Amino acid sequence: MSVTYIDGIHAALGELLHDDPDVFIYGQDIGKFGGAFKATKGFKELYPDRVLDAPISEDAMVGLGIGAALEGKKPIIEMQFADFGTIGLNQFGNNAGAHFFRTGIPLNITLRMPCGGTPGGGPFHSQCLETLFAHYPGVHVLTPATVADAYVMMKDAVAIPDPVVFMEHKFLYRWLKADTFRDENPLPPGKARIARQGKHATLVAYSAMVPEALRAADELFAKSGYDVEVVDLRSVKPIDSDTVIASVARTGRLLVVSEDFPWGGAAAEVVARVVAEGFHLLDAPPMRLTAKDTPIPSHPTLWKAHRPTMESITAAIRHLLSL
Amino acid sequence: MFNVDEQIAGLREPALRAYRAMVMARTFESKISALYKAGKIMGGVFLGRGHEAIAASEGVFLQRGRDVYTPFIREQAGRCAWGYPVLESARAYFGSALGRMKGRDGNVHWGFPEEGNPAPISHLGSGIAVVAGCMLAKRMKGETGCVGVACYGDGTTSTGAFHEAANLIAVEKLPVIIVVSNNRFAYSTPNEHEFACASLLDRGKGYGIATHECNGTNLLETLAVMKAAIGNARRGKGPQWVLANTLRMCGHGEHDDASYIPAALKAHFPDPLEVARSQMLEQGWMTESEIEELAGACAREVQTAVAQAQKEPGPDPYGEWCATSWNPCY
Repeated sequence: MSVTYIDGIHAALGELLHDDPDVFIYGQDIGKFGGAFKATKGFKELYPDRVLDAPISEDAMVGLGIGAALEGKKPIIEMQFADFGTIGLNQFGNNAGAHFFRTGIPLNITLRMPCGGTPGGGPFHSQCLETLFAHYPGVHVLTPATVADAYVMMKDAVAIPDPVVFMEHKFLYRWLKADTFRDENPLPPGKARIARQGKHATLVAYSAMVPEALRAADELFAKSGYDVEVVDLRSVKPIDSDTVIASVARTGRLLVVSEDFPWGGAAAEVVARVVAEGFHLLDAPPMRLTAKDTPIPSHPTLWKAHRPTMESITAAIRHLLSL
Repeated sequence: MFNVDEQIAGLREPALRAYRAMVMARTFESKISALYKAGKIMGGVFLGRGHEAIAASEGVFLQRGRDVYTPFIREQAGRCAWGYPVLESARAYFGSALGRMKGRDGNVHWGFPEEGNPAPISHLGSGIAVVAGCMLAKRMKGETGCVGVACYGDGTTSTGAFHEAANLIAVEKLPVIIVVSNNRFAYSTPNEHEFACASLLDRGKGYGIATHECNGTNLLETLAVMKAAIGNARRGKGPQWVLANTLRMCGHGEHDDASYIPAALKAHFPDPLEVARSQMLEQGWMTESEIEELAGACAREVQTAVAQAQKEPGPDPYGEWCATSWNPCY
């Protein structure tokens, strides 16, 4: 029997509601309808007072979460699409993000952000935006790339007492499958994972770019014998620089892949850290491969050309290895 | 049907507390303004001159520990009525390390979130949804009889955050009182460039919220209206909207000379402190000498608070710089 990435999220949400009476979920169409992606299906019947439909008001939804967290609740706020999270960005970044520094009181609020591209999603239903949120001090941004992480990091997000953005990738929802979402020894949040061991180059990725990176690494090994190490960041804030730099120390080469826009992105942050702290470890200039610096196109052919894919990652590593 | 005299008699006790808060706020703010103009305060200074009757009327009907109150830029009198000594306000202005915000935020951006007094951010309207969240959580916890008061001005009613939160409060039927103090100017922008509806009451009605209006320069009238609105919310009659009309008797901040406020308008709005003083005397609730005594007591408390806040240590720049409570070391 196989389970999907969204099954992991659904199971984690169900257990959170069951185990902790302070947890509640607030979002558009999440009640009887079960949410646009069915992540909350069946919960309204079980917890009618803790699974609440919201008006289309992302700013007020996050603001409500802040107030509820002040009263000791652990709100999980669902943005229907990460793209609409920009409407709640002020509340999340300026209000929730600044709160602990200003007052010493952490706000346990989790923002679920269905993110990333799917064919035909277009410019406003495909964005990643983890960097936009990570830019604000006072927040953590988790970016699960596996079925097991979707489950365990959904629970981590609520266990962390601060504002957390949980970037759940829509393409992975039903495409990514595993035998189980349970991991006997899950890594702690914020800790990167060596998804594939290798020696010729370090390929850093997160979220939906991890499966693409793994396929690229397998392709290179099969066709050319290059053995590429793949690091799954798991969270872009905090960034586990130590694991990345230790990998670069073994390989001497770095490619960072991100589906987000290039400017000031998480990929740029990783490159900056490796250059600043591990310049002497590099045998070649570090590279990054991101989405293009244009809005995300709607047509599947254009969409595939806009974001990194197994093919473009493979080509980028071949170039990196030639330097 | 109510008897006006009986209603006024019932206001004696809150009126005495409100008047004291008004005098304290005016005295404190005059002192802070003078210190700002003398270069003793960094950053902005924002006064509530002209808003004292409204703010005090909010605070006197609320209870710390039970209710939620988000005073902001013009609510010094409300903070006094809610029960904070002016020392806390002085600490915020001087950035004392002993203040609630420890110099990490200042002027009017402070609160005690642990006791129902969220610390406001500058983005107007963003605090209303926070009050809504507090009240929703209280409802989940089975707390009854509590209310939340969110205070904003005419300018804030133009923001998306205000609209979203007001609508949400109405949809969830939360016991929140939205107080809109129309002081005629959003910074320098007059009402006619801020909204096109005949009255800001129309906006409340549009959300399906019960509305009230008062002359915010008249203490007794404002107290009566606020008491009714807060009482309604407390008794489960859902959200309430209070439009309180006044004129800001100062600039947006003390850096602003408010030269854009026409003299004719100033002549039209009395000073709420003067009105309240006359009302206290007319009702026989205070004598001239008691009012003199109150002025002296407030001046002494303000003097002491301001001196103490200036003597207290400032924040330590070599201390901890952490924006989150969870800080993994990898």
